[in-house]
Amino acid sequence: MKRALILGAGTAGTMMANVLAKKLPKKEWEICVVDQHKTHYYQPGFLFLPFDIYQPEDVIKPIDDFLPKRVNRIVESIDRVDPKTNQVLLENGDLIAYDVLVIATGCNIAPEEVEGMMSDKWYKEVFDFYTYDGACALRKKLQTWKGGKLVVHITEMPIKCPVAPLEFAFLADAFFTEKGMRDKVEITFVTPLSGAFTKPVASNKLSYLLKEKNINIVADFAIEKVDNETRKIHDYGGKEVEYDLLVTVPTNMGDPMVERSGLGDDLNYVPTDKCTLQSKAAENIFVIGDATNLPASKAGSVAHFEADVLVENILHFIEGKPIIYEFDGHSNCFIETGHGKALLIDFNYTHEPVEGTFPMGGVGPLKLLKETRMNHMGKLAFRWVYWNMLLKGLPIPFVPATMSLAGKDFTPIENEL
Amino acid sequence: MTIAGQEVSVNAEGYLTDLNQWTKEISLEIAQQEEVTMTEKGWEVIAWIQEQYRNEIPLTIRKVGKSGVTDIKEFYALFPNGPLKKASKIAGIPKPVSCI
Repeated sequence: MKRALILGAGTAGTMMANVLAKKLPKKEWEICVVDQHKTHYYQPGFLFLPFDIYQPEDVIKPIDDFLPKRVNRIVESIDRVDPKTNQVLLENGDLIAYDVLVIATGCNIAPEEVEGMMSDKWYKEVFDFYTYDGACALRKKLQTWKGGKLVVHITEMPIKCPVAPLEFAFLADAFFTEKGMRDKVEITFVTPLSGAFTKPVASNKLSYLLKEKNINIVADFAIEKVDNETRKIHDYGGKEVEYDLLVTVPTNMGDPMVERSGLGDDLNYVPTDKCTLQSKAAENIFVIGDATNLPASKAGSVAHFEADVLVENILHFIEGKPIIYEFDGHSNCFIETGHGKALLIDFNYTHEPVEGTFPMGGVGPLKLLKETRMNHMGKLAFRWVYWNMLLKGLPIPFVPATMSLAGKDFTPIENEL
Repeated sequence: MTIAGQEVSVNAEGYLTDLNQWTKEISLEIAQQEEVTMTEKGWEVIAWIQEQYRNEIPLTIRKVGKSGVTDIKEFYALFPNGPLKKASKIAGIPKPVSCI
C-alpha cells in the first residue's frame, strides 16, 4: 500500500484530500491527513466578524465533516519533514512514511516580528483580524469604541488575502456611518506599498473610493516599531502615524514546521515551482495554497485553482510521466466596499485585474472591477459555495482553473496615473 | 522613450519593462529624476536587487534587511522617501505590487 500524505487540513489540504480521494485507487493508495486542529475556519468570514455582519458560529465547522471517509485522519502536531527518508515526524514521536507528500500548512500572523506589536495592549488597542481570536476581540472592541483615530495597517508583503485590509477600511467607514458616529472616527490606511492600489487599471478605476469614503492614505510606510505609550507607529524613514485603535496585519509567515524541516525561505514559505507546484527540494513533495512562495495571491480561490492542476501533476508523477500541467497564477476575489456593494477581480501571473464580465464573457452576470450589489450578493453566496463545493473539490460552474480572457477589457491605460 | 540617449521600453509610471535594456547610464538619469544620489553602496544594493529579480524572488524590506549588503536604516538613507519603489525604478525592475 502506498501513501499520499497531506500536511494541513485547511482550505488547500481539505480540497486536496477530496480530489485525491476521487483519483487514487483505494486498493493501492492510502490518503493520510495530519492537522493538530479539529476546527475548520471560514477565513474570508473573519473580515465580517468585527462589523457584526457574521456571527462567530457562521465561520466554524468541524474539519472532519469535510474529509472523505477513506482518509486516515491524524490529529497531532507536525514536528518536521525529512525529505531524505520520505518520512514525517509528529510531535508525539510517531513517524509516517510517504510516497507523495503535499504540504498545505498555510501561513499565520507573526506579530512578534515587529518591535512593540505584541504587548499588554494587544487585543486592547492593537488588533489583528486575520485570526479567529483577533476578529472576535476586535468585534467586542468595536461594540463600545467611542471613536478616535482608526489606523488600518499592513506590516509587510506578502500577506494572506492582500485586499482584506482595504476591505476592512471600507467596511469600517460603512459601519461607523450606520452607527451615526462617522464624524468621530478618522480612518487612515497605512501600507508599505506605493499606494492602496498598485496596478495601473485598478489605480485608475478605483482611486475614487478612498476619497469618497474619506479614508486617509499613508504609503511607502515600512514599520519599524509600535510605541504603545505614545500610541504611534514609526517607520524606518522617520515617519510616524498616531492611532487610538490600531488594526494591523502583522507579518505573515509559513508554519514553523517548514523551518524545522529546512524547507523554507526567510518567511518559512516553501520554494515551489510556480507552474507545476512541485517543491524545489524533492520531486515527491508538492506544495499548495498559502504555504508556497508563489508570486500569486495567498487566497482560497488560488488554492482551489491550484488543486485542479496539482492533482493532475501528482497523477503524472505517480505514473512516471512528465509533470506538464501548469498553474497560471489564477486568482479571483470579491472586494467588499461597504453599504451592500462589492467589487470583483479576476487575474493571473501575467494579466492584471481589468474591467469586464464574469464568469461568462460578455454575459456576466457579475461585473469586474466595478462596485455593484450583485458582486456583494456573490460574496455572501460564496460562503455556501465554500462549504458545499470548494472544500469538496467540486468544480465551480463556468470558472476554470486557468484564467479566461473572454469578456475582459485589456485596453492599456496610459498617462492617466 | 529615450533615457540617457537610449531607446527603452517603460510603463506608464516610468519603470523599465525589460531589465535587459538597463544600463548604468540609464539608472543614473532615473536616479537624478528621483532625487537619489548614487553611492558605491547604492550600486551594490541595485546589483543585489537585480539578482533577486532574476531569481524571481519578490523584493521586500525584510529581504533587503537580511541581504547582508545593507540594513533597513541604511537602505532608507540611500533611497529616501519610498526606498523600495525608488530602488526598483533605478534597478530597472517593476515596483513591488499587491493584487490590485
